[in-house]
Amino acid sequence: MMQPILSARGLVHNFGEGPSAVQVLKNIDIDILPGEVLLLVGPSGSGKTTLVHILGHLLRPTAGKITICGKSTETLDEDRLAELRLQHFGFIFQAHNLFPMLTATENVMVALDLMGVEKDVARVRAHELLGSVGLGHRIDAFPSELSIGQKQRVAIARALAADPEILIADEPTAALDSENGLKAMELLQALARNSRRAVVIVTHDFRIFQFANRVLHLEDGRIVDKPPESSHSFGAGSAS
Amino acid sequence: MTLLIAWRNLVHDRIRFAITLTGIAFSTILMGIQLGMLLNFVHTISTVVDHAGADLWITAEGVPSVDLATPLQERRRFQAMSVEGVAAAEPYMLHFGFLKRPDGVRQIVIVIGIDPDATMGLPFAMVEGPSAKEALAEPDGAVIDRLYADKLGIRTLGETVEINSHRIRVVGFTDGIRTFTQAPYVFMSLAKARSFFYAPDNDIAYVLVRVAEGHKPEAVAEALAARMSEVEVLTAGQLAWRSQYYWLVTTGAGITLVSSTLLALLVGVVIVAQTLYASTMDRLPEYAVIRAMGGPRSYLYRIIVQQAVLGGVFGAAIGLAVIAVVVVFTRHLSSAPEVPLWLAFGIVVATMLMCVAASIGSIGKVMTVDPVKVFR
Ligand SMILES: Nc1ncnc2c1ncn2[C@@H]1O[C@H](COP(=O)(O)OP(=O)(O)OP(=O)(O)O)[C@@H](O)[C@H]1O
Ligand SMILES: [Mg+2]
Repeated sequence: MMQPILSARGLVHNFGEGPSAVQVLKNIDIDILPGEVLLLVGPSGSGKTTLVHILGHLLRPTAGKITICGKSTETLDEDRLAELRLQHFGFIFQAHNLFPMLTATENVMVALDLMGVEKDVARVRAHELLGSVGLGHRIDAFPSELSIGQKQRVAIARALAADPEILIADEPTAALDSENGLKAMELLQALARNSRRAVVIVTHDFRIFQFANRVLHLEDGRIVDKPPESSHSFGAGSAS
Repeated sequence: MTLLIAWRNLVHDRIRFAITLTGIAFSTILMGIQLGMLLNFVHTISTVVDHAGADLWITAEGVPSVDLATPLQERRRFQAMSVEGVAAAEPYMLHFGFLKRPDGVRQIVIVIGIDPDATMGLPFAMVEGPSAKEALAEPDGAVIDRLYADKLGIRTLGETVEINSHRIRVVGFTDGIRTFTQAPYVFMSLAKARSFFYAPDNDIAYVLVRVAEGHKPEAVAEALAARMSEVEVLTAGQLAWRSQYYWLVTTGAGITLVSSTLLALLVGVVIVAQTLYASTMDRLPEYAVIRAMGGPRSYLYRIIVQQAVLGGVFGAAIGLAVIAVVVVFTRHLSSAPEVPLWLAFGIVVATMLMCVAASIGSIGKVMTVDPVKVFR
């Protein structure tokens, strides 16, 4: 069996403390494998966002542990966790959150700068990354000059800048129309397939299930085997 | 990259940028002018002491400032000459008087009387007329500063005015001997000055002492003080400081300048802090992305401090330019800010510190930025 990049066991997360605490995640086990596109679906409030925040080490679980490439991340302090995110994760959020006063190239260069990449090298690399998401012709555009779909692609290029092993996207297509949403998904899928990178996507969009290797259903903080009220069939396991 | 982000943040909102620059420039200008005035006051107050060339000044007891002289008997001079280490001891008269301009307007002046043959205390910085010695030797001859020619009703050399009903003729101009008391200095011979004020023949204001080579002024001052009673023997530096302290601290004039300088700094801090904070709040989601990507907090601090310092650099540049213009255009006025390079440098440093201080609030804000909250 393939060695997982990330392995989580017994994840529990509570919001609040004491009697008013709400358990949002209840004993979740997940393995993320290299090269896979993993979809996380489930009703609103089922804990999807909370789960990917924990998987991406933006949030500490109340209980449970995560290992990355076999190493536990439990005891790492804030600064070490930041380094860990820098080395292993890329994030794409629903809001693209690009710096409005930086060009597409410069926005991507920020991520490379965090990695310590030298400026001239970073510029060339940023151009390549923008080219790879189909924005080679808009490298000097400011976010205000780009469409929402193009902005999201800049954000994808930025998330890829550090060449992360795990790309986490929380409803990346929510702000996009269906055509742009599909394009973005195709792009993410290609990115997974052409490398050993794993892509974890939280989505409500049933039309993108065809791109997934695996679909996990989250229901009230638990991973359930089948979607209770869904007649769809999914393309789980149908990838490369 | 942080510098680029800082710069674009700074100029992104034009109005905010303008407010920031105005605030910083305003505070720099205020600091420069206030401290420049203070420096000018310090120099002006002690100018006759600083340029007299005397090592020691013998004064009547309790003189608060060189301009506020009380009578001293001239025999002190002869006593002084017999003290070991005294190379020369010369009389120096200083007295307020009333000058009547040709048009009849009266002006208060400070008359300084010295022997034409004196080696200390002569009018310095002569720019027109004969030498100081020759000017004072002329009958009715007096020397004033060009800065006050208009005020004293003098258009050209050779014109006459009256002081305490005695005629004097202005035969020489100095350049740059300012007065702090609003009463311009009028230099003349000791004999003439004495005759103006019904002063007893043997009364003067000070004895100026030059210390012989190989002697320490402080030691000679002690020896002089031991020899005489009811007088004080001050080094030139002590008298200068005493005069400055009197006018600037005792009267509160200097304290006002210093406190308005601090106020200028405070206003600058508040304006910069406000605009920087507003800009930081605008960028919070982007800063959260940087944190999410694994950027260290220090990366965000760097952006903010650089943004503050960049504002400081441009604001201070504008401020210094305005200060330079003010300095150039007031140069010939009776009071003008003095802003030497070291002061300009100090103001720039203070401005930078002000900007860094102003970034504390914004740093506090990004310190707590939590990507999880921003992206839920
Ligand atoms: N900071 C918080 N404090 C308290 N409760 C929270 C907090 N954040 C989330 N929750 C609760 O945790 C539960 C799971 O939230 P989460 O955002 O993970 O759900 P989700 O599956 O992403 O939902 P959606 O599809 O609407 O985005 C919800 O009931 C939510 O109200
Ligand atoms: Mg969510």
